[in-house]
Amino acid sequence: MTALDSLSRPVRPGRVHQWVRDARTRRLLGWAVGGVVAAIVTGPEGRLGQPAYSVSHALRPGHLFLCVGLALAVGIAFEVWLRYRGQLVTAAAPARAEVLRTWRRAPVRLATYAVLLVLLIVLPGALLGSYWQGVLVEQIGIYALLALGLNVVVGFAGLLDLGYIAFYAIGAYTTAYFTGALPVHPPFTLNLFFVIPLAVAAAMFAGLILGAPTLRLRGDYLAIVTLGFGEIITILAVNMDSITNGARGAFGIPPFSLHLGPLKYQWGLTSLPYYYLLLIFGAIIFLLFSLLENSRVGRAWTAIREDEVAAQACGIPPVKYKLMAFAIGASTSGFAGVLYASKISYINPSSFTVTFSILVLVFVIFGGMGSLVGSIVGAAVLQTVFAYVRKNNTVDPADIYIYVGALLIVMMIFRPQGIVPSRRRAREIGMAEHGVGSADALAAPVGGPAA
Amino acid sequence: MCFTSNFWSLTIDGLNNGFLYALIALGYTLVYGVLQLINFAHSEVVMTGGFAGLFLVTWWVGSTNPSGGMSVATVLVGTLFGAIAGGGIAFLLERVAYRPLRRRNAPRLAFLITAIGASFFLFSLAGKLFGRDAQSLPQLYGNGRVFSVFSGDVRIYDAIVAGTAIVMLIGLDRLVAKTRLGQGIRAVAQDAETASLMGVNIDRIISQTFIIGGLLGGSAGFLLGMGSSVGYTMGFVPGLKAFTAAVLGGIGNIRGAMLGGIVLGLVENWGVTCVRNSWRDVIAFVILVLILMFRPTGILGERLGRSA
Repeated sequence: MTALDSLSRPVRPGRVHQWVRDARTRRLLGWAVGGVVAAIVTGPEGRLGQPAYSVSHALRPGHLFLCVGLALAVGIAFEVWLRYRGQLVTAAAPARAEVLRTWRRAPVRLATYAVLLVLLIVLPGALLGSYWQGVLVEQIGIYALLALGLNVVVGFAGLLDLGYIAFYAIGAYTTAYFTGALPVHPPFTLNLFFVIPLAVAAAMFAGLILGAPTLRLRGDYLAIVTLGFGEIITILAVNMDSITNGARGAFGIPPFSLHLGPLKYQWGLTSLPYYYLLLIFGAIIFLLFSLLENSRVGRAWTAIREDEVAAQACGIPPVKYKLMAFAIGASTSGFAGVLYASKISYINPSSFTVTFSILVLVFVIFGGMGSLVGSIVGAAVLQTVFAYVRKNNTVDPADIYIYVGALLIVMMIFRPQGIVPSRRRAREIGMAEHGVGSADALAAPVGGPAA
Repeated sequence: MCFTSNFWSLTIDGLNNGFLYALIALGYTLVYGVLQLINFAHSEVVMTGGFAGLFLVTWWVGSTNPSGGMSVATVLVGTLFGAIAGGGIAFLLERVAYRPLRRRNAPRLAFLITAIGASFFLFSLAGKLFGRDAQSLPQLYGNGRVFSVFSGDVRIYDAIVAGTAIVMLIGLDRLVAKTRLGQGIRAVAQDAETASLMGVNIDRIISQTFIIGGLLGGSAGFLLGMGSSVGYTMGFVPGLKAFTAAVLGGIGNIRGAMLGGIVLGLVENWGVTCVRNSWRDVIAFVILVLILMFRPTGILGERLGRSA
C-alpha cells in the first residue's frame, strides 16, 4: 500500500519538502506533540463546572515550554543514540561477549544469585524505614507475586486476563471465611497456612469455570469476559451483604502463625517478618514457574504461541493448555490474596476493583512478557515510583492511572518485549512482525469453536 | 413472572437502553469487523461524546431553561457535537495508538493491551481535567409524556433516543450496504490483503470505520448523559454491555449489533425486576457467558463483511 501511495503522489522536489518528509523531523515533531500531551497530563487538577480550567492552566507558557523542551531534548538524545548506536554496539561487542562468557559459567552465576539473595535478606531490615518496609511488602512483594502469576497467562500462554484481581479477591475472601471474619461462619476455623490450599483451589476453580466456556472460542474474548468478571466480582462483594458483609468488608483477619511442636511464632503488625515470608513463597513460586517454563507444558505454550495450527497438528490440545495457564494464573492470584488479607487484616470490595488488574498488567508488560525476572523488576520499579509519588504527594493518586495507561501504549508501540525481555518472547514478537507465527494465543481455533 | 406487573414501562425502558447499547455496539462490531480487535477504548469514545455535549449545551443554555424550538435545537446540536467529538477521538485513537502497531504488523495481543491502555489513559485524564464528580446536563426540555402504550409512558427522552437511534441505525445500514465506503469496509472485513490488492486504501477505510463507530458512540454518549449524568467513568459499564450486545447479535454483523442491543436492553430491564436493582450489571455479564457457552456466533451469526 505504501508503495502504491508513493507512486500516486507526485514527487515534489525542494529542500523544505524533503525536510518535512524526513523521518527525523517527523519523529521530533512527534516528541513535541508528546511534550504538549505531557504538559496537559501534568497540569493542575480540573474544577467542576470549569471544563477549560485544567487545560488552560496546563498550557501556560512556562509549563508548556518546560514540557515541550524536555521532550525535544529527550528526542534529540534519542536521535543521537540512534545515529551512534551501531558504533557503540560494535565497540562494546568484545566486552559484552566477555561478560556473557563469565556469566555463563555456573559458579559465577550461582555466586551472583547468592549475593543477591543475601542482599535481599539483609538490606530491607538494615536500610529501610517502616514506610518503605510496608511498601516493600504490601505494594512490591504482593504485586510481584501477582505479576509472576499474570506472567504465566500473558507471557507464557499469550492470553490476556483483564480481571486478574478478581481471583485475588476470591483468595482474600476465602481467607476471611475460613478465619471467621465474615458474617457467615465456617464449620471450623483454620490456621492460615492451611487456608492457602483452600484459597488456591477456590481461585483455580473460579478460573476454570470462567475460562472453560471462553477459551474454546477466540482468545480475545477472554479479555473482555475477564474484564466483565473483574467488574462483577466487586458488585457481588458489595451486594451479597449477608455473606461478604457488603461494602464494609471483613475485619480482624488474623496474621500468619506457626505452631510446630516447641516452635511458636506469630507474624505481627510489623512488615519485616511478612517480607521474609513473602520472600520464601516468592522464591518457591519463581522456581516452580521457571521449571514450568522449560517443561513439557511450557514448551506446549511456546508452540501454541508461535503457531497454534501447527501445534494442534502435532497433537497439542490448545484449549487444554490455555485453560491450564489461565488456572495457574488464577491460583497464584488467589494465593497472593491470602497473604494480602492476613497482612492488612481487613478487606473490602474497593481493594479489588478492575484498576488493580490493569496495574498488575502494566508490571508484566513493563518488565517484559514471558520474563519472570521482568515481572518482579516491573513490580518493584513501578511500585517504588508510585509509592514515592504517593508519599510526597506530587501527583493525585487517581492520576496514576493516566500514566499507567500511557505506559501500556508506549511500551506496546516502542518496546513490546519490556525492559528485561525474555529472549524467546522478544524473538517471537520480531518473527510475528515479519509474518511468521502470531506471538500470542488469540486466534480462533481451527475449524470454528471446538465443542 | 416477576416482570409482568410493570411490563410495558419496563419494555419502554428496555427499548431505550437497548437503542443506546445498539449505537455503542456498532462501534465495537465495525472495528472488530475490519481489524479483529476488541476496541476497549470505545467506552471512552462514548464518554468523550458525553463530555463534549455537556460542555456545549451548558455553555449555550447557561442557566436558562430552553423551551420549544430552542429545546429541539439544543438536543440536536448536542447530539451532533457529541458525535463529532466521538468521531474525532476515535480517529485520533486509531492514528496514535493502533496505526503504529499495524505498520509493524504487531501481534494482536499488543493491540488489545494498547486498547486497554488507551481506555485507562483517556478516562483517567478526563477525570483529572474535568473533575471526578458526575455532572448533570441542564434541563433542555420538560420530560413530559408523549403517549402511552397500555400502562407504560413513552416520555420525550425515550422518543429522542429512539428517534436518533433509528435514524442513525438505518443510515448506517444503508451506508454499509450501498455506498462505496460501505463496500470498502466490507471488503477489508472479508480479506484485508486481497482488498488492498484490489486497490482499496486500507488505511483510509480503517480510519473511516473508526470515525463512523465514533460518531455513533459519541452521540450515544450525549444521549446517555442526558438520561442520567456525565462522568469520567460513564462509558465503562455501557461499553461492556454494548460489547455483550455485539456478541449476542453476532460479532461483525451490523444488524446483529442492533438486534443484540435491543434484546439485551429488554432482557436486562425485565430481568432486573426478578432480582435487586443493584444486580443489573450482573445480568448482562451472565448473558455474555451464556452466549459464549451455547451460541458463540450470536443470534444472527457472525457475518464479517457481508452486506448488512
